[in-house]
Amino acid sequence: MITIAKLTIGEAARRRVLWVLVGLAAVAIALTAWGVSSLVSTARDDGVSDLEIKFVVSQILIFIAFMFGFVLVMTAASFGSPAIASDLETGVAQAMLARPLTRSSYLLGRWLGLAIVLVAYSTAMGLLAIGVVGLVSGYIPPDPILPVAYLAGQALVLLSLTILLSTRLPAIAGGAIAVVAYGLAWMAGVIGKIGLAMGATSLVTVAEASRYILPTDALWQGVVFGLEPSFVINAVEDEFARSSPFFADSPPPIGLVIWSVLWVALVLALAVSQLRRREL
Amino acid sequence: MIRMPRLSLDLPAIEVTDLRKRYGQVEALAGLTMSVGRGEVFGFLGANGAGKTTTVKLLLGLARPTAGTGKVLGAPLGDLATRRKVGYLPELFRYQPWLKAREVLTLHAELMGMPRARRKAAAGEALGIVGLQERADDLVGGFSKGMQQRLGLATALLGDPALVVLDEPTSALDPVGRVDVRGIVRGAADRGAAVFLNSHLLSEVEQVCDRVAILDHGRVVASGNLDDVLGRAETQIRVTGLSASDLPAIERFGPPSLTDDMLAIRPMDAVAVPDLVATLVSMGARVHEVRSGRMSLEQRFLDLVARDRPPPGTPSATRLR
Repeated sequence: MITIAKLTIGEAARRRVLWVLVGLAAVAIALTAWGVSSLVSTARDDGVSDLEIKFVVSQILIFIAFMFGFVLVMTAASFGSPAIASDLETGVAQAMLARPLTRSSYLLGRWLGLAIVLVAYSTAMGLLAIGVVGLVSGYIPPDPILPVAYLAGQALVLLSLTILLSTRLPAIAGGAIAVVAYGLAWMAGVIGKIGLAMGATSLVTVAEASRYILPTDALWQGVVFGLEPSFVINAVEDEFARSSPFFADSPPPIGLVIWSVLWVALVLALAVSQLRRREL
Repeated sequence: MIRMPRLSLDLPAIEVTDLRKRYGQVEALAGLTMSVGRGEVFGFLGANGAGKTTTVKLLLGLARPTAGTGKVLGAPLGDLATRRKVGYLPELFRYQPWLKAREVLTLHAELMGMPRARRKAAAGEALGIVGLQERADDLVGGFSKGMQQRLGLATALLGDPALVVLDEPTSALDPVGRVDVRGIVRGAADRGAAVFLNSHLLSEVEQVCDRVAILDHGRVVASGNLDDVLGRAETQIRVTGLSASDLPAIERFGPPSLTDDMLAIRPMDAVAVPDLVATLVSMGARVHEVRSGRMSLEQRFLDLVARDRPPPGTPSATRLR
């Protein structure tokens, strides 16, 4: 498994796509820094209070996290969906599986390698973005590690799903299904919050169920909560404002966080079982 | 009496009994029984879709048999530890295009469980055997198909395996490459490896294999050494001035038969042809043409595999299996 994980990390490092993503993220962070810096200096010139500036910057950070989270999910899908499928289609996997390498070691090695790359990418870029914004605005979220960890968690959930699909479906199909599933889960989360504000219990139930089927939205709640300053949580009282997908007054329940970890383990177990049953 | 354990070297490299494989409604392999000895080059022949690659996948544990049993190097089919001693060139040979040739081999050496200290040397040795040592540090993505097949051959020969399974090993090679591969295959067998050569290139098999099996519709229709499968050499002479009563005088060369002006002696070794011609001339016969040899593998293959097929061009001549 370690051999395959090392091979997978080497593959990601040698292929241009990872460095293109790093470069684009760096450009995006530089532009954000410039934009936030301009905004803050203009606001200060106009006599806007520090608290108001903190509020605006925190919301900008949440929006950046949303965009970055989407990029991460797409990256996870584009890395994970061909991980097994393309190797099987081209015959690269068969040459390796004729060696004393179990199918579970091969699949888990592929997952581990990509997981390390995604976690490293999301941590480095996430912390860099938070740090740069903090430098130019003076606002640092209460616990900057937490939102980055939840963002990485989202990517790992999507990676696991695409690896599972990759054992049976062509790369493009698996990637597309995973991204659509992520979008549906996010929309279910939004609808659930609206349902909560309106007192529509059936909508809330559907949203809750979707969080167990694909726990990305629960992890998104963790990202938002981690970036939200406590004075904003206390200040927003309007029910509809609190139902925004960019607002969270609490982290995801610990049960859901544990379930997310279990979900990844279960999906990987299912993926191993699918690959074992497949005729090569 | 003390019963001595049978040494693994005495065991056949491959031994399968009544091996069957079904994919849905298609019976890819219908009761394969065969044995391949150590140090032997075994040719496995068949038309496209006959079940050759299915057999290879079953031997390597890449697919599971529907029925039947088998052993590879004395261990059950699919045994993980045994795969350390098996080299494999797949029919669809593709290796990580972003790796260098040497890195592909060190990766496979690592997967084989070879100690780290030996990997680089083993990789260099295998690349040397297939003539790729000059390209060892080039990316595989820049290789031609022929070079990738050579690289596949190098991975199959890596670490001196006890069994080398080659699935169509010359499909992408030019004539020079094919000659090289024949030498490489014989070299592996001389070092004691069993070579299982899956091919439909009959001349290649004829030149390099000790034994062959011909597969058709998932069944072995002929097997044995080349003499068993092809029959022994025969001599055919177009001759006039010879009658049936003259035949006993030439029986010492082999059993003769005379049809019109064609004399056939089957079997007969080619070395005796000059003496036979001299005898016929001394008996007053006139020799017009002499042909000596045996049926080619291609003729025999076509006899066995194509005899129940409609002629080309008819709709049912297209095989879908």
